[in-house]
Amino acid sequence: MKLTVSTAPHVHSHNSTRRIMLDVIIALLPAAGVGIYLFGYMAGLHVLIGMGAAVLVEYLWQKLTKQAVRVNDFSAALTGLLLALNMPVDAPLWVTAMGSVVAIILVKQLFGGIGGNFLNPALAARALLVASWPAHMTAFTAPTYFAATDAVSSATPLVTQYGYMELFMGRIPGTIGEVCKLAIIVGFLYLLIRGVITWHIPVLLLGTLAFCTWLFGGTDGAFTGDPLYAVLSGGAMFGAVFMATDYTTSPMTIKGEVIYAIGCGLLIALIREFGSYTEGVTYAILIMNIVTPLLDKYIGPNLYGEVKKRA
Amino acid sequence: MPKRSMSSVFLNGIVTENPTFRLVLGLCPTLAVTTSAINGVGMGLAATVVLIGSNVVISLLRNIIPNKVRIPAFIVVICTFVTLIQMLMQAFVYELYESLGLFIPLIVVNCIILARAEAFACKNGVLASALDGIGMGVGFTIALTLIAAIRELIGNGTVFGLNLLGDAYEPMLIMILPAGGFITLGLLLGIINKLTEVTAGKKEA
Repeated sequence: MKLTVSTAPHVHSHNSTRRIMLDVIIALLPAAGVGIYLFGYMAGLHVLIGMGAAVLVEYLWQKLTKQAVRVNDFSAALTGLLLALNMPVDAPLWVTAMGSVVAIILVKQLFGGIGGNFLNPALAARALLVASWPAHMTAFTAPTYFAATDAVSSATPLVTQYGYMELFMGRIPGTIGEVCKLAIIVGFLYLLIRGVITWHIPVLLLGTLAFCTWLFGGTDGAFTGDPLYAVLSGGAMFGAVFMATDYTTSPMTIKGEVIYAIGCGLLIALIREFGSYTEGVTYAILIMNIVTPLLDKYIGPNLYGEVKKRA
Repeated sequence: MPKRSMSSVFLNGIVTENPTFRLVLGLCPTLAVTTSAINGVGMGLAATVVLIGSNVVISLLRNIIPNKVRIPAFIVVICTFVTLIQMLMQAFVYELYESLGLFIPLIVVNCIILARAEAFACKNGVLASALDGIGMGVGFTIALTLIAAIRELIGNGTVFGLNLLGDAYEPMLIMILPAGGFITLGLLLGIINKLTEVTAGKKEA
């Protein structure tokens, strides 16, 4: 199955929102599973609460505003899952629930529901949570493998150094879903094979981030940064695969996607190197979400029957 | 302009043409100072005093001010009152003066005040202009206090410094950050538009 988001004319296929959302949820399962394995049952509770709250709130809102109830399209469940995977495991559960409420009501439903939001709901909610309860949202714990009693909170790998293998397998502090890069790559490959996303955004985003970090991320002048470390640490890979590729908030054309992805990568590198935050994935993608309508306006697709203008 | 009763002139600023919720004017102080209810009230009252003063003086001078230079003339009148209120606040409510800071002198460029001078005071009598100033000022004060109270309650757990939500409440800091101002104002505007729609629908039916 190959799916292309484009403007008219369209041919009907058997794809549905429901199937796409379900595919993304399936693609997230490895990351969620490893997250629960690494961080213990509390991580599982975060996932349950995040998804449950998102679905419940969407259902209640649609009932309350007398809309057709469409929670069974799985989009709310996906938002809740994405948000939960972006939480540090030590954050209180009510913070996750609050995030789901914000994502669904404030970011999604108030702007017209599915397809109408101009920001990625899970990311916007995360940004709001970080601004509201910074202490809870940055308390990263090293993986405990269910031994919750000796949990030690520590700095993210963006501050301390870890080996590449630890970064790749997820034996590092971080949010529930972002730590294990292997699981994220498995999810990425699944999405590619199912045709849900194309390779452009994730690969170009991470490529730009790697290049920019190599260029100005080092301590001894230009071209001394560590590109591999930049790609494997923090939420860059999770954001690139699951957040930046959201249909509603990424450009329609491949050309637009290229600019969007490069913009995200550049912004992440800039925020990480020169900003006051250690991680910039959330803000970088949100900023490019806002640029997306502009990209769609000026980099439209070729119209059906259009003849190329001669210079 | 048709003749209007004095009470409708007064109520106009509070309900039908509420400067914040209906005209959406003066957004800079609305968003910037409404981090606590006391700031909201202080800002609203300061603007009200300036509004009444400038409306009265401009109404008195409306036949003397040449049309071509009316805007600079209005601004000079407004500046006079803003300077007065700034000095008074510095003398009597120093704490509030400190927390409002730059936004007190910025009342000069608050578009509500210039808008009322231009749209009302220079065309109406002194009494009506004074009432318009009071109505608009009260409307502005109510709006600022409402926004500020909501932001202070959620963002700090208090209203007018009173702890309402208990010590267990962990405040949602974003509400007293600039983003919270936009979120609160946007939601309130939406709710008020919806309510207006509902009441207008009832009248037609």
